[in-house]
Amino acid sequence: MAQIFHRSTNTLSRVTIFGAVFIVGFVLWVIGGIVRSPYATDQGIRREQPVPFSHQHHVAGLGIDCRYCHTSVETSSFAGIPPMATCMNCHSQIWTNADMLEPVRASYASGKPLIWSRVHRLPDFVHFNHSIHVSKGIGCATCHGRVDEMALTFQAAPLTMQWCLTCHRNPEQFVRPRDQVFNMGYVPVNQAELGPKLVREYKILGPGVLTSCSTCHY
Amino acid sequence: MAQQQEPVHEVRPATQEMKIPARFIPQPVLEPGHTYASVTDHISSIVLRGKMPVIWTIGFTISVFLVLVLTAAIAKLLFVGTGIWGINHPVGWGFAIINFVWWIGIGHAGTLISAILLLLRQQWRTSINRFAEAMTLFAVAAAGIFPLLHVGRPWYAYWFFPYPNTMTLWPQFRSPLMWDVFAVSTYATVSFLFWYTGLIPDLATLRDRSNNFFGKKIYGMLAMGWRGSAKHWYRYETAYLLLAGLSTPLVLSVHSVVSFDFAVALEPGWHSTFFPPYFVAGALYAGFAMVLTLAIPARKIFRLEDFITMKHLENMGKIMLASGLVVFYAYVMEFFFGTFYSGNVFEHYMEHNRIFGPYSKMFWALIICNGLAPQLMWIRRCRTSTVWLFIAAMFSSVGMWLERFVIIPTSLSRDFLPSSWGMYHGTVWDWALYIGTIGLFLFLLFLFLRFLPMISIFEMRTLVPASPGQAVPAEQLGGSPKE
Amino acid sequence: MPKQIDFTEFRKRVGDLRGREYWRSLEELSRSEEFDDFVNQEFPQHAVALDHGVDRRDFVKLMGASVALAGLTACNRPAEKIIPYIRQPEDLIPGRPLFFATAMPLQGIGSGVLAESHMGRPTKIEGNPDHPSSLGATDAFMQASILGLYDPDRSQVVRHLGEISTWSEFIGALQSPLQAATTNGGTLRLLTQTVTSPTLGAQIEQLRAQYPSMQWHQWEPVSRDNVREGLRLAFGSYVNAVYHFDKANVVVSLDSDFTERGPGHLRYARDFADRRRVRHGVTASINRLYAIESAPSGSGALADHRLPVRRSDVEAYARAIAAGLGVGPAPSPAVPEGQWIAALVRDLQKNRGAGIVIAGEEQPAAVHAIAMAINQALGNIGAAVTVTDPVEVTPVNQLESLRQLVQDMNSGAVKALVILGGNPVFDAPADFHFANAFQKVPFRAHLSLYYDETSILSHWHIPETHYLESWSDVRAHDGTISIVQPLIAPLYNGRSPHEVLGALIGGLDVSPYDQVRSHWMRVAAGVPARRSGGASAGETPAATPDFEITWRKWLNDGVIAGSALPPRTAAASTAIPAAGNRHPATALELQLASDPTVFDGRFANNAWLQELPKPQTKVTWENVLLVSPKTADEIGYNEARRAPYANERSTILVDLRYRGQSLRVPLWVVPGHPDGCATLHFGYGRSRGGHVASPKEETVGVNVYPVRFSDAMSGGSGAQIVLTGEPAYPIGCTQEHQSINPADVGGDRGLVRAASFAEYQRNPDFVNEYAGGEERTDTASFYPPYSYPGHAWAMVIDSSVCTGCNGCVIACQSENNIATVGKDQVWREREMQWLRIDRYYRGPVENPEVYHQPVPCMQCEQAPCEPVCPVGATVHSSEGLNDMTYNRCVGTRYCSNNCPYKVRRFNFLFYSDYETPALKPMRNPDVTVRTRGVMEKCTYCVQRINAAKIDAERENRPLRDGEVVTACQQACPTNAIVFGDMNDPKSQVAQLKKEPTNYALLASLNTRPRTTYLGVIRNPNPEIKG
Repeated sequence: MAQIFHRSTNTLSRVTIFGAVFIVGFVLWVIGGIVRSPYATDQGIRREQPVPFSHQHHVAGLGIDCRYCHTSVETSSFAGIPPMATCMNCHSQIWTNADMLEPVRASYASGKPLIWSRVHRLPDFVHFNHSIHVSKGIGCATCHGRVDEMALTFQAAPLTMQWCLTCHRNPEQFVRPRDQVFNMGYVPVNQAELGPKLVREYKILGPGVLTSCSTCHY
Repeated sequence: MAQQQEPVHEVRPATQEMKIPARFIPQPVLEPGHTYASVTDHISSIVLRGKMPVIWTIGFTISVFLVLVLTAAIAKLLFVGTGIWGINHPVGWGFAIINFVWWIGIGHAGTLISAILLLLRQQWRTSINRFAEAMTLFAVAAAGIFPLLHVGRPWYAYWFFPYPNTMTLWPQFRSPLMWDVFAVSTYATVSFLFWYTGLIPDLATLRDRSNNFFGKKIYGMLAMGWRGSAKHWYRYETAYLLLAGLSTPLVLSVHSVVSFDFAVALEPGWHSTFFPPYFVAGALYAGFAMVLTLAIPARKIFRLEDFITMKHLENMGKIMLASGLVVFYAYVMEFFFGTFYSGNVFEHYMEHNRIFGPYSKMFWALIICNGLAPQLMWIRRCRTSTVWLFIAAMFSSVGMWLERFVIIPTSLSRDFLPSSWGMYHGTVWDWALYIGTIGLFLFLLFLFLRFLPMISIFEMRTLVPASPGQAVPAEQLGGSPKE
Repeated sequence: MPKQIDFTEFRKRVGDLRGREYWRSLEELSRSEEFDDFVNQEFPQHAVALDHGVDRRDFVKLMGASVALAGLTACNRPAEKIIPYIRQPEDLIPGRPLFFATAMPLQGIGSGVLAESHMGRPTKIEGNPDHPSSLGATDAFMQASILGLYDPDRSQVVRHLGEISTWSEFIGALQSPLQAATTNGGTLRLLTQTVTSPTLGAQIEQLRAQYPSMQWHQWEPVSRDNVREGLRLAFGSYVNAVYHFDKANVVVSLDSDFTERGPGHLRYARDFADRRRVRHGVTASINRLYAIESAPSGSGALADHRLPVRRSDVEAYARAIAAGLGVGPAPSPAVPEGQWIAALVRDLQKNRGAGIVIAGEEQPAAVHAIAMAINQALGNIGAAVTVTDPVEVTPVNQLESLRQLVQDMNSGAVKALVILGGNPVFDAPADFHFANAFQKVPFRAHLSLYYDETSILSHWHIPETHYLESWSDVRAHDGTISIVQPLIAPLYNGRSPHEVLGALIGGLDVSPYDQVRSHWMRVAAGVPARRSGGASAGETPAATPDFEITWRKWLNDGVIAGSALPPRTAAASTAIPAAGNRHPATALELQLASDPTVFDGRFANNAWLQELPKPQTKVTWENVLLVSPKTADEIGYNEARRAPYANERSTILVDLRYRGQSLRVPLWVVPGHPDGCATLHFGYGRSRGGHVASPKEETVGVNVYPVRFSDAMSGGSGAQIVLTGEPAYPIGCTQEHQSINPADVGGDRGLVRAASFAEYQRNPDFVNEYAGGEERTDTASFYPPYSYPGHAWAMVIDSSVCTGCNGCVIACQSENNIATVGKDQVWREREMQWLRIDRYYRGPVENPEVYHQPVPCMQCEQAPCEPVCPVGATVHSSEGLNDMTYNRCVGTRYCSNNCPYKVRRFNFLFYSDYETPALKPMRNPDVTVRTRGVMEKCTYCVQRINAAKIDAERENRPLRDGEVVTACQQACPTNAIVFGDMNDPKSQVAQLKKEPTNYALLASLNTRPRTTYLGVIRNPNPEIKG
């Protein structure tokens, strides 16, 4: 009886049978990679802004405190986007006719607001409150990265739930003294010892509370 | 087939001496007069001749249409939402879950027949097991649609599976629905492997007998290079036995787990400890009913009376009777506990509501279908009449659907707080999805009949009494010589 | 122009080469200058790099880079926009709400509210604790007014003859009729609703000073005329009666739903409840309520003795009581319940000076007079009942006022009519044929929120401002004045009545702010406050610094301290009017009343109110004809006749024939409704009410005004109900099973546990010994108990004082962005309100006991919902809440099935409105808007819990009891809902949990709910049997 298949079919079939396992595994691995990549998280992506505002210049260069512009960061869930008036406090004095600042002046004069592109965006079903984090000794840089080194602001952390939980599960690894919260360059000395101490001192609630769904989702 | 009629005693000389009355002589599981060749010819020809009876074409066309209905129902569901169904606030589960449980139940007979009866060395199983296994697979396929689609946001259904994710969340392993995911998927996989393994030698036969090019190729690939060598047979038997052993516990586990969906819950009418055995019995009952429903016509259409003999049908009838009685016993016990034993006002009212409430029609229909219909099987004449068997089977299929209706919506519609009592009615889309899955089931079944041997050829051949000295060429055993 | 590189040719060349050769030829290519040119065109930025040729590696690297870049650009999803302020308001902290005190006028009476504002957007209405009429509570109307504000159907432009016009054109058009008005008298007419606003009053006086012949008419369909006239009969002049239920031991309600309707009902409910609440070892006695009422009501449900009688028969009972006290003759024929009345009278006499007899708005003036006479005879006047000057600027008999106007319109005397608010074309008495008369007026202007039935017949329509949009002032039920201050600039270019009057007076574009403020400056400067007639804008004194201070204080408090009208020492005449002849008992009586949810029709376009189950019937989205079971049988309608499956949320349509009119209405059988009469609520059937009130080619509900006649404003005898034989008619009713008689529900389920005060005193923990018996005491469980080191939130609901008023339901809806689903979905039993009020009947169907039981999520310790969710979307929080994580929910609905209380709500379809832009700013930004296929439920307002916790933590202090207030608790007029931290032993909720009457719903299931109830305690008169 004539053979239906070429000899190579044997190899082929073996390869496909065993290969299938690896192919499936690989595909899953790729998908896993994608959801963690900047493609999904927007981590490290610089957004186009109406005015190329440089935190690097204002924070590192001029040493302006975060709270000068983000006024409500200590009192409210929302850190606050500075009103045009805040910009003009200085820029009515300096760089009064820099072309780069034209949109700011125009907006202030016309009352038509500048439209910034949001850099740090959480889904609507996540309720993040800046004030509590700041008052419990979580530094700006912990989540926002070294903003003082960002010419154009980008999202430093992945902002995935996994990432949030690293801190909510063991805050002692990230908490810092309250007076260092706004210090961009803060480097902890012996966090292992300081962390737990601060957690006690600041009465930071246990993981039980911090990882309850309704702490962030409601 | 049975051209050259031979009397029974010549096949089994032993019975000749001791004059045993005819009715004690076990009926044959293969009508006499068959040679290896005739068996192979007959069964494989159904597939290879490729000329299907008209009734097949009609049935297939209908099933295709129903599959379109299914597609429409699913599309509508995905675009609009579960609101197209009749479910509401007291009654969160309706047709979707009823149908799921119903199909899963039907999907039981196959593995039972194949695995358990194999282990019990029940020869008579051989002619129906292939058929039943296929039915199992298709039923499970139909069932599998519902757990995914009945949820509000099916596109997140993958959250049911434990996988590493950026939320560092696992599914909730305490939830019976979670257990379902594993139980059903395992059952589906094992049933498939079992069925496929069983197919391999026959696929080889088809490969060798097929005389069109693609037939050879395709059957060839599926046969995975089966040559029928002794080694192959040895490995095959081992694997098949192992799989049988593996799937036997599954037969019991799957429907037990499904029953947990209800037993674990708090609802009066759900919350009861004997659900697992009750459901498994129900599953066997439903499963065999479905096998009968399909086997009886198929047997007629494809003239398989020799292979699926009255003995098969009668045995299945007996099993229906047995499992049916168990199910009915469960009803009685449920009523007893609910009404007399528990002394719990909610349980008590639940029973009262089933019997006299707005859904009492369903309940009484259920009693007729599952309580009375199987009693026919006591009567030998009914057991041995295809018509009566078919009717009984039909009744029990309907009955099992009603049972789930009585358990799910009826209990939910009136539970603890009278303020939240309500009514549930299936909408046209509920029906469309249900009918649609029946369509899918039939569709797959028809394809199976067309392209695969619905009866295990080689196993049937083991039933052919081999008279000594009669040489059987290897080809006829499905072998092909090594070159 | 650089030489083009010929790739096709190149490909041909390398086409059949393999391995090394291929790469070599690539190298050749990369060295060729054509390639350089090509690269320079394609990637100019790399031109430099390529000057010195490029080897294979670089080439590949570049290609790779370009591909990578392409990929990167692809992943830049469009960013969300942030829009900063130009100049940020001073007291505004982004992300934190502000509260403003103002007042909501209804029937001219103001209820104080605190409006919550997020970044300048009002989102929620709370009661103003400093306001005498609300004391911090809110009713459904107040809560729902926030939706009314944003309603996209509100009129948005000035219209002239239906065409879009402008405000200035309107002012221009005003001149000629005003000219005419100066010359020949009486041609200019003003039609307003009830006016208590001093400023508006002053403006009208001013207008009258300008056009002395101008006539001012007032009209409210929900009329207080009976009350006014009755009190005038009693006291000789128009007065205002204020009731002090806190001083009353015995209350007799003559068809009055004082806890749910009419001015001051929130206050009355609170005062009444304070005298009814039972606290172990504290309460020595509680008050007693006798209700003689013509239809089931919230007050009736509270009553210890309830007597359902036809509306027209109430008078006889009133006379019987009066006669019992020696006031006036006994009615003939005598009323059947002689014993009952006698006992009631004895009770009243026992509590002289500490009793209240109060008559309902629908009762004729005579009954009010009798009620006052009785109060007088008992010495209640001056004690539990005080009398003040009227709160209205000018009290009139509004029906007569309108009748006058219609006559003049018909006679052609009226040349110009300006209507400030109201919708007379829709709601005027049928026999006035207002529309016809109205169209005889040559100049018709109408100020209203919607372009409604009246607007369309007017020459000019001016969009009105919502009370949250403009300045005004208003008086409370006791005369206390509130400044109404706006939360937001008019959304839809509305104009306030002050502006329109300003325009009439001639002050062009006088802002309401100036109007109100200058009026109060004049007042401060000593020009008399009320009826400051002559004062015209000219004499406004300059604002003094201390006025500025007082003004700020007024705005801050939401009330003008001490502006309540002083009680007058007046005596009601005990000479009661002679009895008229009573309706024959044979004739069926039609009883009309305003609708409990859409009122007189003005709220018909408010989806929240439309979908709000009516307190007594639980019917939504329409009005039904209420009859007693007996009456239903008499007209040939019995439950059995209904189709077997239509028995759940459906009824039949009947024809109501009354005085030549015929209405096709759904019939609804209500236990406890008096026999021989049928009650129908008006306010539905709007033909031009907006998309909700009158959707395409049909109206919602039935318009009842065609059977409301000026001589029988609250209905009359001689109605007839005829079966139509039409098939079952679906009704959006949220609760159809209401009996908890053991016979109907398979035994005593122990849902509502009630006892009389006497029984309670004998056996304080009666709740644990209900007939159902089996009460779970052991709390065994397979799972280890949770530990709550921090807070343990819990709620106690005092069933004794719940009136079922629905305030909490809408408060919850507003706070938690709960969607409305429409009649069809309600009929399919998919209503979404998280908090529902179960209404149960016990006892004979003729006159059962009625219980209201608010059911929020129980937040069980052993929650059945938690273990069954396959994805863990509902889990136990560290503070004992059953968290519901919407974004994790896949929607298996298993939790809902397994919830014995059925408090979970599922989005079967896309219920939340993501489209309508107008509604977006209304939503509470602290609560996720749920999408399709997601389960939702009450979370004890976890957003409020978190907010309060965060504030406390930030200030590094423990959370104070009462710092977290749930929306339902806040709204409740009777303080029936108490919420707090169980772990704090001093907290109010912890105290209540210790009450012997505290019990859990379905405790036998061992779910251990955090929400528990206090047993119902009534105080029946031992002298009355049964």
